[in-house]
Amino acid sequence: MFDDLTDLYQQVILEHAKSPRNFRVMEDATCVANGTNPLCGDNYTVYLKMDGDVVKDASFQGSGCAISKASASLLTAAIKGKTRADVELLFDKVQNMVTTGEADESVGKLAAFAGVHKFPARVKCAILSWHAAKSAAQGIAETVSTEEPAE
Amino acid sequence: MESVSESTPPARETAIDWAAYRKDFPILDQQVHGHPLVYLDNAATSQKPRAVIDSLVRYYERDNANVHRGIHELSNRSTDAFEAARKRAARFINAPAPEEIVFTRGATEAINLVASAWGNANLKAGDVILLTEMEHHSNIVPWQLLAEKTGAILRYLPITADEHILDLSKLDEVLTDDVKLFSMVHISNALGVVNPVAELCEAARKKGVVTLVDAAQSAGHCPLDVQEIGCDFLVVSGHKMCAPTGIGFLFGRAERLNRMPPYHGGGEMIATVDYFKSTWNQIPHKFEAGTPDISGPIALHVAMDYLDKIGRENLFKHDKELSQYAYDRLAEVSGCRLYGPKQGRAGLVSFMLDDVHAHDVVTIADRYGVALRGGHHCTQPLMKKLGVPSTARASFYFYNTHAEVDRLIDVVHEIKKFFGS
Ligand SMILES: Cc1ncc(COP(=O)(O)O)c(C=O)c1O
Repeated sequence: MFDDLTDLYQQVILEHAKSPRNFRVMEDATCVANGTNPLCGDNYTVYLKMDGDVVKDASFQGSGCAISKASASLLTAAIKGKTRADVELLFDKVQNMVTTGEADESVGKLAAFAGVHKFPARVKCAILSWHAAKSAAQGIAETVSTEEPAE
Repeated sequence: MESVSESTPPARETAIDWAAYRKDFPILDQQVHGHPLVYLDNAATSQKPRAVIDSLVRYYERDNANVHRGIHELSNRSTDAFEAARKRAARFINAPAPEEIVFTRGATEAINLVASAWGNANLKAGDVILLTEMEHHSNIVPWQLLAEKTGAILRYLPITADEHILDLSKLDEVLTDDVKLFSMVHISNALGVVNPVAELCEAARKKGVVTLVDAAQSAGHCPLDVQEIGCDFLVVSGHKMCAPTGIGFLFGRAERLNRMPPYHGGGEMIATVDYFKSTWNQIPHKFEAGTPDISGPIALHVAMDYLDKIGRENLFKHDKELSQYAYDRLAEVSGCRLYGPKQGRAGLVSFMLDDVHAHDVVTIADRYGVALRGGHHCTQPLMKKLGVPSTARASFYFYNTHAEVDRLIDVVHEIKKFFGS
């Protein structure tokens, strides 16, 4: 197997894609946001339960490729207990990592997505649920899309 | 009737040196990610033979000038070559007259031209536009825009649940008296289904319904005769049949085109212009406003000659054999789901591997040098109907080989291993 493929599909990613964590609808969510990629049909809903400024619980539902699903799964684990500001900071770090390949130490397991930068067509897959989580945390309940719909 | 095979009698399948034709395509001779390129994305766009590429260079090095309005030598040459391409296009689909060929950017623009120029003049609220459930977005969205404007209604001829072919038993039910237009795809880019367009057009004609055939996937792959099909309009995409991107054409029966208002306004499409009122040029120029793509039709001309030298009946046979082989081999792979008919498909195969997403399939195949397409193939409503977000698709052309299909199958097994399924 090729190195860059194993970089992209790291064991953690394959494992989370197969058995995603926090993969459920959250009935008592306080913030919900949708993320879709109309080009490939990926579609996720991210649920957050906020306690003031802190993410008490996070879950997701939806379907898509291995990268997008693993990303959503690891995201829900990563943001639990974080503040709104932390989530936004993490979003920036993840976005930087998947486009440059440089992983900040503080991202922990999310470093598995650093290999995505070698596959420009897949960056959107990795960042999709993060866009949804960011707007959910900001309390903007809306559908975020990887493509800007024109009026 | 002028037959394309007049001067070049179709060679027997056994006599065709496909490997020699493959050598005409410089792009195919390369390594991708360290592997020989296996290009199986021909339904998206085909590769271009040397002769077509050279014709572009030759045009710009020797003949480039604007068409129709000039008096000088280069303009005459350009105009002659441009109009010769129109004649060739007419002959390619056995259109009765060259005036019935309007050059467009591709199949999409040709459909939009009909929807706009014919549709706005002929449809009113309550009229029905009949489509099929396997249409490309380009044969859905222009009609939706038209319906929004005119109050016309869209209706769909359904596909069957098992082999995803058109359910002809439902035809009478949907082809009612209020249908004004029936627009249908000839070969489905997502399923590989070959639709009985002559039969459908005949049924429509009996009811006075205007017909459009989307031949984007068929024109470069099988013999095509608009008189035999009996359609009012037919659209062709050049880039899917060895010509450059940005060129295609619309065939419209002269009596229809003559009665349609213009599509775009500007130079070339007018007879006289006054500050307040203008009159229109004859067809086809009425529909070709502005300076057209000139090198495009010229290169398309070369592509049409190239394809007919091989013989489109030979191409079709080759493509069908290859896709049947791919279908049968994929059907042996455990967990591989296939879409479309089991037999008689055109040169493409749509599939899913267990629950591996099509984009993951395509990403891995790419690293083995195999170019596939994964996604909804611009047929989102069809994907919804099939109950999948997307499929992986291998689509073939005459330069593809059995060895390349074998390579695809090996890679499919690698992908399954990779995802532990
Ligand atoms: C069935 C079908 N119709 C229409 C089109 C659009 O053709 P063009 O790219 O020439 O606009 C395509 C191309 O993807 C197609 O496959």
